[in-house]
Amino acid sequence: MECAFGITGKDYVLLCSDMAAGRSIIRMKSDENKIKALGPHLAMAYGGEPGDTNNFAEYVERNMRLYHIRNHYPLLPASASAWIRRTLAESIRSRNPYAVNLLLAGYDTTTSKPHLYWIDYLGTKAVVPYAAHGMGVYVSLSTMDKWWFNDMNKREGVEVLKKCIDEVQKRITVHFNFNCILIDKDGIHNINIDSQDPLAELESESKAASGDIVVDAPNSPLDVGVTA
Amino acid sequence: MSRSYDRALTVFSPDGHLFQVEYALEAVRRGTCAVGVRGKSCVVLGVEKKSTLQLQDPRTVRKVAMLDDHVCVAFAGLTADGRILIDKARVECQSHRLTVEDPVSIEYITKHIAGIQQKYTQSGGVRPFGISTLVVGFDPNDKIPRLYQTEPSGIYSAWKACAIGRASKTVREFLEKNYTEDLPRDEAIKLTVKSLLEVVQTGAKNIEISVMESYGVISNLEQSEIEKIVSQIESEKEAEAERKRQRIAATQAGQASMAMGSAAVSGTQTPAGGAGDSGEGHATVPGEETGVQ
Repeated sequence: MECAFGITGKDYVLLCSDMAAGRSIIRMKSDENKIKALGPHLAMAYGGEPGDTNNFAEYVERNMRLYHIRNHYPLLPASASAWIRRTLAESIRSRNPYAVNLLLAGYDTTTSKPHLYWIDYLGTKAVVPYAAHGMGVYVSLSTMDKWWFNDMNKREGVEVLKKCIDEVQKRITVHFNFNCILIDKDGIHNINIDSQDPLAELESESKAASGDIVVDAPNSPLDVGVTA
Repeated sequence: MSRSYDRALTVFSPDGHLFQVEYALEAVRRGTCAVGVRGKSCVVLGVEKKSTLQLQDPRTVRKVAMLDDHVCVAFAGLTADGRILIDKARVECQSHRLTVEDPVSIEYITKHIAGIQQKYTQSGGVRPFGISTLVVGFDPNDKIPRLYQTEPSGIYSAWKACAIGRASKTVREFLEKNYTEDLPRDEAIKLTVKSLLEVVQTGAKNIEISVMESYGVISNLEQSEIEKIVSQIESEKEAEAERKRQRIAATQAGQASMAMGSAAVSGTQTPAGGAGDSGEGHATVPGEETGVQ
C-alpha cells in the first residue's frame, strides 16, 4: 500500500514518495520519510517489506559514503544503480533476501545529466525518464505518458508530478501524504508538493544564497592530504 | 601443531622481546615525521612531506587521510601498511554508523586501530604494521579537541602534543619545552610548524598542515600560508639570535670594563688597601646592567 514517483527533466530529477507506514490495512504513521539521500547528488525512494526497507536503505547509504571517503569522489548515479541492482540480485539468491523496491534518482555532475532508475527486489534495473512503484503505478503511468515530454523545465516537471498525485488521490481509496525532493546541480532540495507553488521556496532560496542543501545530504568528505 | 608453530612470525625471544614489533618501531623511526598539537578549540596535524619527483603527481602521495567527517589520521612508517590500516578504519567508521546510527568517537576508532595493530602481533603468518598513527578529531556533540597516538605493538594513548616518525624524540622534547595549555589556533599552528622545522631542513615546501576546528570542520593550509609562518618563525629566530649576540657582546664589554675598572681601582687604591674599597671595585654594576639589556 505505497506509492512512489520519479520524473526526470532537463537538468533535474524529481523524486516523490508517500509517507505511510503500517501493516496491511492499518496505518501506523503518515509522516515516515521513505526517501534517503545517498550522496550530494543521489537519493532513493524505497518501499517493500517494512524493516527490510530501512535495513537495506541504511546499508546502501553507508556503502555509498564509504566509497566517497575512500575515493574522494561519490559514486555516480549509473555506477550506484549497478551496485544496488547487483546487491539486490545477490540478495534474492541468498537464504534471506531483501524485499525492497526502489527508485534511484541522481544528477551526474560530470555530464550535467539527470538519471532515474527503476529497480525492484528481483534485481531488475531499468533506466527510465519517469517511473512509479507501488499502487501509484496503476493510475499514474498513463498520466505521465500523456504529459511528460523531453527537457521539461522545473515548473513543468512539478506540474506533471502534481497531476500524478491528483490522480492517485482521486482514484485510489487510500489517502496518502507525499514527500518530495528535487535533485539538480546544487544538490538535493526538499519540495513541499502540497503548496500552491512548490518551487517558490526553492527559487527564492537559490536567489538568496546559492541554495543551501535542504535535505540532510551527507556532506562530501573533506579532501585532506592534497596541497598542490 | 608444528604447522601453526612454523607460521608464527612474532615469537618471544628468550629475554622477552618481540623482535618483529621492535623492527616495526624501527620502520616507524625511519618514516617521515608527523606532529599533532591540541589547542584550546582546535587540533593541528603537521606532517613532513617527502619532495615528490619531478615527473610524479604530488596528489597521489598522501600522509594525512580522513576516516570520517570528524576524524583525521596521519601516520609515520610504511606507506603501504598505512593505506591498509586506514581503509580498515574507514570501514569501521561506516560500520559503526550503520549499527548504532552514531559517528565514532575518536577514542573508539583509535582503540579499533590499535586493536588491529595488536592482532597483527599475535596472529600466524602475518607481520606487524610498520606504522604509528596520530588520530585527531572531535567527538560528536563535543567541543574538546582530541589527539591520540597508536603504535605497531597496539599501544594507544592520548596526548596534548605528540610527534611520531623520524627524529620524533627531538621534536617531542621540543614540544615538551614549548607547549602551553589552551593555545589559540594561530599559536597551535605556529608551534606545529616550529616543531616540524626541528627536523625539516628544507622549510615550508616539505611541510603540510591540516587544522580541525570543530566537528567536521577541517582545512588544509595553503603553501603560501605555511611559507608565511615559516618566514615569521625564522625572523623571530633571527631576532632572538641578534639579541643573544648583543647580550654576549655587552657582557664581554662589561667584563672588559670591569677588568679595566678593577685594574684602575687596584692601581690607585691598592696602596690604601681598604677592604670596603675593594668591595666597591667589584661592583661594576653599570657593566652588568648593559649586559642584561
